[in-house]
Amino acid sequence: MSNAILSAVVVLGVTGLVTGVFLFLISRRFAVKSDPRIASIQALLPGANCGGCGFPGCSAFAEACVRQGSLNGMNCSVSKPEAMAQIAAIMGSEVEAVVPKVAVVRCEGSCANRPRLNVYNGAMRCSIANMAGGGETGCFFGCLGCGDCVSVCKFDAIHMDAVTGLPVVNQESCVACGACVSACPRHIIELRNRNKKDRRVYVSCVNKDKGPVAKKACAVACIGCGKCVKACQFEAITLDMNLAYIDPEKCRLCRKCVDECPQHIIKAVNFPAPLPQKQSSETVSQTETANA
Amino acid sequence: MLKTFRIGGVHPEDNKLTRSCRTGTAGLPKQAVFPLSQHIGAPAVPCVKRGDSVKVGTLIAAAGGFVSANIHSSVSGKVSKIDSVLDASGYRKPAIFVDVEGDEWEETIDRSDTVVKGCNLSPEEIISKVKDAGVVGMGGACFPTHVKLSPPKDANIECLIVNGVECEPFLTADHRLMLEHPDEILVGVSIIMKALGLERGCVGIEANKMDAVELLREKAREYNGIEIVPLRMKYPQGGEKQLIDAVMGRQVPAPPAIPANVGAIVQNVGTVFAIYEAVQKNMPLIQRNVTVTGKSVKNPCNLLVRTGTPISQLIEAAGGMPEDTGKLISGGPMMGRPLLSADVPVVKGTSGVLMIPRQEAVRAEERPCIRCAKCVSACPMGLEPYLMATLGEQGDWERAEKEDIMICIECGCCQSSCPSRRPLLDWVRLTKTTVGGIIRSRNAKK
Amino acid sequence: MENKLILSTSPHLHNGDTVERNMYNVILALIPALIASFLFFGVGSLVVTLASVVSCVFFEWSITKYLLKRDRSTISDGSAVLTGLLLAFNLPSNLPLYIIVIGSLVAIGVGKMTFGGLGNNPFNPALVGRVFLLVSFPAKMTTWPVTGQLTAYADAVTGATPLALIKQGAIDQLPPLGQMFLGNTGGCIGEVSVLALLIGFAWLLHKKVITWHIPVSIMVTVFVLAGVMWLINPETYANPLYHLCSGGVMLGAIFMATDYVTSPMTGKGQIIYGICIGLLVMVIRLFGSYPEGMSFAILIMNSVVPLLDNWCKPKRFGEVGK
Repeated sequence: MSNAILSAVVVLGVTGLVTGVFLFLISRRFAVKSDPRIASIQALLPGANCGGCGFPGCSAFAEACVRQGSLNGMNCSVSKPEAMAQIAAIMGSEVEAVVPKVAVVRCEGSCANRPRLNVYNGAMRCSIANMAGGGETGCFFGCLGCGDCVSVCKFDAIHMDAVTGLPVVNQESCVACGACVSACPRHIIELRNRNKKDRRVYVSCVNKDKGPVAKKACAVACIGCGKCVKACQFEAITLDMNLAYIDPEKCRLCRKCVDECPQHIIKAVNFPAPLPQKQSSETVSQTETANA
Repeated sequence: MLKTFRIGGVHPEDNKLTRSCRTGTAGLPKQAVFPLSQHIGAPAVPCVKRGDSVKVGTLIAAAGGFVSANIHSSVSGKVSKIDSVLDASGYRKPAIFVDVEGDEWEETIDRSDTVVKGCNLSPEEIISKVKDAGVVGMGGACFPTHVKLSPPKDANIECLIVNGVECEPFLTADHRLMLEHPDEILVGVSIIMKALGLERGCVGIEANKMDAVELLREKAREYNGIEIVPLRMKYPQGGEKQLIDAVMGRQVPAPPAIPANVGAIVQNVGTVFAIYEAVQKNMPLIQRNVTVTGKSVKNPCNLLVRTGTPISQLIEAAGGMPEDTGKLISGGPMMGRPLLSADVPVVKGTSGVLMIPRQEAVRAEERPCIRCAKCVSACPMGLEPYLMATLGEQGDWERAEKEDIMICIECGCCQSSCPSRRPLLDWVRLTKTTVGGIIRSRNAKK
Repeated sequence: MENKLILSTSPHLHNGDTVERNMYNVILALIPALIASFLFFGVGSLVVTLASVVSCVFFEWSITKYLLKRDRSTISDGSAVLTGLLLAFNLPSNLPLYIIVIGSLVAIGVGKMTFGGLGNNPFNPALVGRVFLLVSFPAKMTTWPVTGQLTAYADAVTGATPLALIKQGAIDQLPPLGQMFLGNTGGCIGEVSVLALLIGFAWLLHKKVITWHIPVSIMVTVFVLAGVMWLINPETYANPLYHLCSGGVMLGAIFMATDYVTSPMTGKGQIIYGICIGLLVMVIRLFGSYPEGMSFAILIMNSVVPLLDNWCKPKRFGEVGK
């Protein structure tokens, strides 16, 4: 009896020992050498794997940082500045000052503004609707409304407005990862600088048709009249293919263009409410409340 | 047993309402519109300006590269503007607008009805005439014909296959063309055979057009090396790869292989007719046969139409758009493009105008896939459409590429046979487009 | 949708096929077997079938509505009716009602709806229910009434089935092959009449609901294996035709293994799937402890289907030789 117990203990003990030694040797022989910094950087990253940095995921970003040996030109827009500073400290480099950005939707073509002329009846993806032709309205540049941008957002920062049928960005949760920008087949969404107090001025239209065509399709389309270009003192506005664009780097947020626009599609966000007598900026205040 | 292709295929109801309607002539439009990209490749470059007078057959836009095609005016009058116009792609594209005045033709064009049989031109001269006339593939893809007639030097082409299949339901434009112009087509075939130095030409025709088979067979006795091949009815037999498989029993490998790799070259009968007109009659490609049809259309008909004519005018000629129309299609019901409005101009590739009643046009509600495998057995390319669609929904482009998504010909067999009514081709097309983009950018990096 | 032109990409036609059409065609194809079972087992078969169908439909409806809280009821697509019918066809005609209800609950509740409903279940729901009952109520599930008791239900006299005889090696006591082909033997409701099942098979092939691959490969495998054993020793092993005509081989091959959701997508995969089912059935029958193995064989192969789908790709265009 005791013999049996003894032999069991011995057999198990020896097996365990041999296996242990074997495993130790194997783990030494095939050890994967990785920089410990990669793990510590990865721990500081948000872990959403959104791809906003241009790498497949957070671990790829961490690896790329370590491989490059510095943070030059690399930024995780999702992380808080403090986290980026810590990462920089690990890498022994300074954080580059990066202007925080936010996604803006450049289309105001709600059901009321843009009459529906056709009915789309395919799979509900903007990228598919875009292949079927110009879309339900006469505007072939504007929002298709199937919500590709909403489905790619990993931060729940964009959703469809039930009334207008257009996506609305929640500026608090938006981390400017750019997923919605690349998901939109019509390039309506743009990342723009968050300026002081999160203020921004932008043209909320991407229609490149000639004025009359654009206006017929949508009540709030850019008609390429160029009034904003003349109004701007800083040469921040350019007119290309019947479409005005405000360069966020040159714009000084003076808002002169906002009142000039006959279509009221230059949006000024997060500015104090306009004075009551200015009736023309009614739509602007609406957007402000929507965005606030 | 008639020949056909080997993998997959479906049998849609053929609905050839206009099979015995003699081709009529559509009236001249008030204004003709010529989009600058009516073909695959670079858009043509306008060579007229506002206010210029043009005649029928005047070159108004020149090819913008080797893979591109000339565009000629199909009417006489004045160029009113160069602006954008809504075309069959569903987007606005640049186009030349011509206000019609009278009907004055260029003198070089032979407008008589006599069939000119002999052709003493050299292959190079033939190809250059085809190129000047702006001939493109008229089956729908609109690939410039002169490019197709200049195959790679090392290719060993044995056989010209002429596509008279017209497997799309409803369309009869090619069928009528074969019945009404058999001699012209056979002369065209021998011209192409001469241009390519071929001994053998086959005209593939589906079994629902036995009258055309017999007529062409009778006439073909006079010509050397032309064989008429009747084919069993099955969609998509008119697909280039399927037709080669059906006629020659050879399968073109996956891209970048082209038909020339298996010794074949395929031309549509409409293209053959256009080549005949270009070479023997000096007539550029300015008009084509169009079938205007639909189940509730009053007078479905086949019309000889000048390019640039608005489709709305053809619909008028067929008795107007029926009340219950839900979908207006340029081309056939399996591969045609949906139109946003009837103001779209007829282009070189417009083979038909189809009006589908609302009831049939609205897609039924989508259900979950029940894995019945009907899409797999319908696919003529041996793909698994259910899997492609799922991969597309999930955005797994790498796996989709491994599963050979790029050989899909977008024939629509899968979607039209899905009992769960899933929009399979919508997803497959999205996947194919995306994967194609990825491959192109990867190749560009190399 | 008013009077606007509809915009969607090609194809603009559909051949009119629907999920319902396929399901109802399978149900129609099962009717001859139901009639045959009524002729042999009497009212009992109808009671069991009705109970099973009604409780399956009820469970599908109530789970969709109260547990999954979906607006759209799926009972009209015919899949629940079909599951109920197939479950009943795999039960003896004297089974008490409460066991049938439990079987239906497991079939629909566990076998189908837990995975999300039609299209998502990895295992054939009717077989999940059947095997659950087989292991839970082994005695009740393995005593079959003898034929010809047209008015009996729970009180029917039971007797040995041909498969039990084969298992015991009592080859000489087997009923004549002709009677087995017609279905005049003991067994589950739907499986006895080979003739009726073959009529159903012909209907399904004619309507293009299923392809020949799975049923034929199962039948051929069973026949070949049984034949080999029979040639080795005709004293202890039964004639291969007996194997084909007894038990659930025909019902399983034609109606259970061909279930869309749980069978492979490609012809090649379907043939491998069929051959493996045939192999497993014969292994269980000849060497296992159960007299019949069709349910187990199909369920085991169901679990391999995703792998088969991954391995067996259809031949792509261009790969086919000249």
